[in-house]
Amino acid sequence: MSVTSRPAHYGFAEHWLPRLVLAPSFLLVLVFLYGFIAWNGALSFTASRLLPNYEWVGLAQYEALFASERWWVAVHNLFIFGVLFIGGAMVVGIVLAILLDQKIRLEGALRTIYLYPLALSFIVTGTAWGWMLNPGLGLEKLMHDWGYAGFSFDWLVNPDRSIYTIVIAGIWQSSGFVMALFLAGLRGIDDSIIKAAQIDGASLPRIYWRIILPAMRPVFFSTLMILAHIAIKSFDLVMALTGGGPGFSSDLPATFMYQMAFTRGQMGLGAASAMMMLVTVSAVVVPYLYSELRRSRHV
Amino acid sequence: MSKPWRGVLYAVLLIAAVYYLLPLYVMLSTSLKTMDEIRGGNLLSLPGAISFDAWRKAWGTACTGIECSGLSGYFWNSVRMVIPAVLISTALGALNGYVLSKWRFRGSELAFAMLLFGLYIPFQVLLLPMAQTLGWFGLARSMAGLVFVHVVCGIAGTTLFFRNFYVGIPDELIKAARLDGAGFWRIFLRIVLPMSLPILMVTLIWQFTQIWNDFLFGLVFSSGESQPITVGLNNLANTSTSVKEYNVNMAAALIAALPTIAVYVLAGKYFVRGLAAGAVKG
Repeated sequence: MSVTSRPAHYGFAEHWLPRLVLAPSFLLVLVFLYGFIAWNGALSFTASRLLPNYEWVGLAQYEALFASERWWVAVHNLFIFGVLFIGGAMVVGIVLAILLDQKIRLEGALRTIYLYPLALSFIVTGTAWGWMLNPGLGLEKLMHDWGYAGFSFDWLVNPDRSIYTIVIAGIWQSSGFVMALFLAGLRGIDDSIIKAAQIDGASLPRIYWRIILPAMRPVFFSTLMILAHIAIKSFDLVMALTGGGPGFSSDLPATFMYQMAFTRGQMGLGAASAMMMLVTVSAVVVPYLYSELRRSRHV
Repeated sequence: MSKPWRGVLYAVLLIAAVYYLLPLYVMLSTSLKTMDEIRGGNLLSLPGAISFDAWRKAWGTACTGIECSGLSGYFWNSVRMVIPAVLISTALGALNGYVLSKWRFRGSELAFAMLLFGLYIPFQVLLLPMAQTLGWFGLARSMAGLVFVHVVCGIAGTTLFFRNFYVGIPDELIKAARLDGAGFWRIFLRIVLPMSLPILMVTLIWQFTQIWNDFLFGLVFSSGESQPITVGLNNLANTSTSVKEYNVNMAAALIAALPTIAVYVLAGKYFVRGLAAGAVKG
């Protein structure tokens, strides 16, 4: 509730103080987030290469971007990674949440175990999985030692498969997060609904499928949103696990942007690719935030 | 539920636990082996004689590019970066949250919506202008520049945490204090702040984890003497020397992970709450 009727002693300072306190942060965000978006947008219309160069070239950088094979590999990879990572983390997380919700002993300990990867940085995760999946001494050797002599696992160095290693590590790291959000949601559901359905003779899987999961729609959408956002911004994991390789077979838009802008002297192209990422994120986030803010206002 | 089904249930949950723990086990056991043992054994084999050589090397003498002095320097860089960045962004978030929940004014909701979107901006759009601006202020590739970037990009999140928490403090409490003559700061320091311990913990832990684990800003906005541990680890693990020393890499990864794992183990409750709060509840 906002302060509409001001008490008599609501003085000059009290009127300006809140604005003054908020001002520094607001200005920082205005300049360094919104201002920089505009600036980056401007850069994407220039011929900047190694250094900024404000010679206007119109849409030339975007044309170059859309003509770039490497960019389309990155976009294609984002699609594969996004679908498998979001789908995988969702399924694993939801299943674990439902199983944990069955009055499990040791629930606290299990939850702690499922969630700890979230405390790690993607660089640590990437380094660890890079070692486990490496073709020489990792998983492959383990399977050989166990007697599966023909087993071969070369995804990390196979251009057609490298993106899937990122999916594997990504799901491992993030599925616990889905579990935590859904478990919190499940705990919020009124027990009496479930009891009533049980009295009516509905089986437990049926109750989950028909009653409980549909009631989790809001949780589902916010989780989906966060995972999509993580997927689009994914950078660290690729850098640590494959470095975008072999070649550029496991590039994602974020690694493409970094390569162009900071190692290959293609600043304009990098700026254009960053704008494409912003547009994609906005397409996901803006409708979501809009509905969230509207809902909270109407509550 | 019938007995056999409960057995299956526990089996599945335990398998899942093994799946999450296995990489940690592999990291730890690998870091305690010698390279000969790694070549002779496999991922799951236990170390024969425990050796801390890999840890010593990862900390003090491993090569991270041209330099060969391990991760110790990077580790302390991260410590020097994370402390000011977390404290400043949290303090600003608390003040902003207080204003946006208890001292709303015309336009404050718009300011909040703008901050909120800031949570989701892909930071790639900021990198080029930020690099240039830091250069103008003489902060390029410096610790101060890195701290500044983390503060700017952290404000949105910390503000959201505090704002959502403070919305739950009854307005009547603030009004009563005001009738007693307390002003903006007095109410904040005497009433609001003492109630803030839970959200303070959540925010500090959240920011610590985020900033300690950041790689992108460290990579772009720092160089040699100011690079954080994530950059050091990545350099170490991906340095193309002739042979990869996996035991050293794993020890290095554990060193980089230790602070956030410690926080998670000691204050997991707040960590989980932060996750839930991070899922934006407007």
